[in-house]
Amino acid sequence: MSARPAAGYWAGFVIILALLIAAPLALPEFWRRFVTEILIWGLLAMSSDILIGYTGMVSFGHSAFFGLGMYSTAAALLTVSPPNLWLALLYGLVGAAAVAVFVAYFATRLRDIYFSITTLVFSQIFYVIIFTWTAVTGGENGLTFRRPDLSIPGLFSVPFTSDTLHWFVLAVVTLSYLVLRRITRSPFGMVLQAIRENEPRTRAIGYPVERYKIVAVMLSGLFAGLAGVLYALQNKFAAPDFVFFLISGEVVIFNVMGGMGTLVGPVAGAAFFLLLREGFSRFFTEYYLIPVGLIFTAMVIFMPQGLLGFLKRRLNQ
Amino acid sequence: MLEQLLIQTINGIVTGMILALVASGLTLIFGIMDVVNFAHGELFMLGAYVGTTVLVATGNFWLALLVASVTIALVGAVIQITTLRPLLGRDPLTTILATFGISLVLQNYALWQYGPVARKIQEPFTGHFRLFYLEYPYYRIVIALLSAAIIGALYLFLKHGTYGIWIRATTQDRVMAAAMGIPVPLVHTVVFAIGAGMAAASGVLFGPLVGVNHAMGLDWILKAFIVVVVGGMGNLGGSILASIFISLLEAYAALWISPAQAVIVSSVVLILTLLIRPTGLFVPTPK
Repeated sequence: MSARPAAGYWAGFVIILALLIAAPLALPEFWRRFVTEILIWGLLAMSSDILIGYTGMVSFGHSAFFGLGMYSTAAALLTVSPPNLWLALLYGLVGAAAVAVFVAYFATRLRDIYFSITTLVFSQIFYVIIFTWTAVTGGENGLTFRRPDLSIPGLFSVPFTSDTLHWFVLAVVTLSYLVLRRITRSPFGMVLQAIRENEPRTRAIGYPVERYKIVAVMLSGLFAGLAGVLYALQNKFAAPDFVFFLISGEVVIFNVMGGMGTLVGPVAGAAFFLLLREGFSRFFTEYYLIPVGLIFTAMVIFMPQGLLGFLKRRLNQ
Repeated sequence: MLEQLLIQTINGIVTGMILALVASGLTLIFGIMDVVNFAHGELFMLGAYVGTTVLVATGNFWLALLVASVTIALVGAVIQITTLRPLLGRDPLTTILATFGISLVLQNYALWQYGPVARKIQEPFTGHFRLFYLEYPYYRIVIALLSAAIIGALYLFLKHGTYGIWIRATTQDRVMAAAMGIPVPLVHTVVFAIGAGMAAASGVLFGPLVGVNHAMGLDWILKAFIVVVVGGMGNLGGSILASIFISLLEAYAALWISPAQAVIVSSVVLILTLLIRPTGLFVPTPK
């Protein structure tokens, strides 16, 4: 890769980052929340892009990782006092990673649609457990808790405002993006892409494909759990609805809409989807999924590269 | 205790037959065109709704069953032509995505059209017979027999009907079938329509047991997916056996845990299957 496109890339990166940093200062409360939410869903979408776009495994079970991240955060904030932000983060990541190891061990034995179905069924198991284990998880009502303070131990501790929360989320998401980008460009990421392109050949070259897949699912689950932690912090609750597989479906929609295998695409897809939802729910109220579903299906057929891929091709013409 | 077990055995077989009806449509569609139909549960649910509408209008359950199956078969044909035909030859994963989009549309359409309140389908007859300490409705037995009859008819059709032979030929080798003059795109549409019609029929048959609501497709599609994987994907006999096997297990499990948690049992079966025999429990070992 020559230096020029890289320079252009970093310029774009800095501009978008600057816009996102400035966003809460310029936007009214509703849209401020909206942008924060896009960032969180974007992180979830990016995490699943590792599987869908880079390894070629469509996961329909990301709600399990996301939800477990939320519930583990709730556990940390409800059991440990005083509530600690970093402990919540740690709990969330550990919770999601534990689930990811479990799912990865079984699901990676299968390929293609079998993998999708298995992840779907797994996420549904966790949904049922969380939904029916009322004593611990609060069942249908979920858990509510107070948001911890933004603190660095020994330095300072201030309550979150919606501005600082936005910046905190932005910092986490940007960092995750950079880490994920680095990973996808590392030799490890290259092997994942090789698995996507031609699995038997990758195996024949001598890579332990199964082990790579397991690590990919764990990595993906870890970042999905991180998104869950952020979402829990923003909304101050954990609810079984977020473990339900419709969330996994939405994540897949983000990826398809934005463009798989680009990391930025899924974030754009999340933004596009949330905007569509916002726009259509003004006219269709809770039935907004009718037009959104139609648009999604049309995009699967006519725009398999997603918005980003489509734009890229247009610009290159 | 023994009586309870026997009752649960009968219950399990009844739900197993309905599940087999749903899953055989799903597995037929997968076997012939590599399409994982995520919208299958929604076709089941829509079938049940069309059934209630016709039943309210005419009062005839059997007419409702017939009209619902035919209507949903037509809907299935339209879905196949508009969304799945353009995807032919692409990665099977895209069909999951496309049918997932369709399922969102159908589910929310049903919510919009019929509202969130569950509807009840009146049983066509209300007779009971004595089963130990229970008054067991005849209707449940009839469901099992009817489902078996429909699956049997499908089997005979596949075995001896001209279209059936075309369908099997297309399953074995799509390109060769086309070369022999079989209209493959038409076969695909017909298969999808048949699968959709079977899902609708099971929806109407099942309606009287629990009531009809817009989210009912979800439970069934999950179970049907489990069945199809456990039974060996694309294998009709395997998925029928797996349906009964899993429904029996869930019925027995419901003696000790709540029915909502019984789903976990079938999931455990799925996990064990994946560990021991990833090709499916009820299929011959592939050579």
